[in-house]
Amino acid sequence: MTSPSDFPTPPVPGRLLDVEDVTVFRGDRLVLDGVSLTLDAGDAMILTGPNGAGKSTLLRTISGLRRPDSGEVIRYGDLAWLGHQDALKPGLTLAQNLALAEKLGTNSLSDALEALDLTHLTDLPARLLSSGQKRRAAFARVMLSGAPLWLLDEPTVGLDVASIERLGAVMAAHRAKGGAMIVTTHVPLPLDNTRSHELPSLAHVESFWLS
Amino acid sequence: MTAFLALIDRDLRLAFRFGADTLASLLFFILCGSLFPLALGPSPDLLRHMGPGIIWVCALLACLLPLDRLFGAELEDGSLDLLMLTGPAPAAVAFAKMAAHWLTTGLPLLIASIPLGIMLGVKGSELPLLLLGLAMGTMSLSLLGGMAASIVLGARRGGVLLPLLVLPLATPVLIFGAASSYAGQLATSPAASLDLLGACLFACLPLCPLAAGQGLKAAVG
Repeated sequence: MTSPSDFPTPPVPGRLLDVEDVTVFRGDRLVLDGVSLTLDAGDAMILTGPNGAGKSTLLRTISGLRRPDSGEVIRYGDLAWLGHQDALKPGLTLAQNLALAEKLGTNSLSDALEALDLTHLTDLPARLLSSGQKRRAAFARVMLSGAPLWLLDEPTVGLDVASIERLGAVMAAHRAKGGAMIVTTHVPLPLDNTRSHELPSLAHVESFWLS
Repeated sequence: MTAFLALIDRDLRLAFRFGADTLASLLFFILCGSLFPLALGPSPDLLRHMGPGIIWVCALLACLLPLDRLFGAELEDGSLDLLMLTGPAPAAVAFAKMAAHWLTTGLPLLIASIPLGIMLGVKGSELPLLLLGLAMGTMSLSLLGGMAASIVLGARRGGVLLPLLVLPLATPVLIFGAASSYAGQLATSPAASLDLLGACLFACLPLCPLAAGQGLKAAVG
């Protein structure tokens, strides 16, 4: 776990993230080419781009799971992560699945479950949940953390319209509290004042000059 | 520290929930040990002489069985990403998984080695020494195995690579462990072998989780 003092002081008050000229290769294929972006408190940034443009790779690089091949990612606060997998163990109940996130985080489990309409499923094994319910359960983990910066990879996969609305309300509340998020999505989210960052497809870039 | 214990707690819950997976290595241990009398013949002298060696080799092989899934399941369902990002330090995550591996595999093997030892004719007076050696040995094997499992994580055919990586590293544990267990039969002092077995354990204790933590970081990157 990281304490607030582990992060550098932001150059601008409210700054949560600086991504400076980040380039990432996968094998000898260029995935991200000089991506720069900044994120301030209250921002919601939507990453767009065709399949294979490196949206998930950029999120993984920002999170620190992957090191950029050049450039720099500077975070000024804790982050919460929602990958494209739900990371739920089918044999454990919803509450047991979220127990670790609850211990590590600062927010209450019952509030998060309430906001996502999962309270009645608390003691159900995760293997009995539908894919939309699992997605919401994974999202509940993000809410538990209490981290200002949310990195969300396709949060709405498998969700119905009512659940997407619910998610939108949670995201809006998080922004109102000074949080920020970067989201990859293929469906429109019910969010106001979003910024978007388009990643170009680099499939046409030849890699011969690397050899 | 609470996250570390919560991780062990979660793994133990999973182990109880999927009891068949946990029992598999235990049953393998007992079955494997029971095959030796069938192959070697029922001579009590021969079996008593071979008993500790059989138990040590079977325990070593049984420890390998669950290693493939130790981190593999976490990687596949995305839990490892979360653990690396928000959990305790990578080395602590690896150490918690190794501790859970010992509690769900090493400890049951230790208990099962009592009936297996008696079956093979190991004398009651020699059993405590065997158990002491096995306790230290299985702990070392959990640490070495967890390290190897994290290194082959994400590699194709990692399951095949795993025993090739663990077995050579485990030879000192096997040599000193079996030597300590034979001290009773040969009427020699087990002190030297136990010391060396303990030295193996204390070398593994800091080094294996550190190496495994790096392996886990590389696997998610």
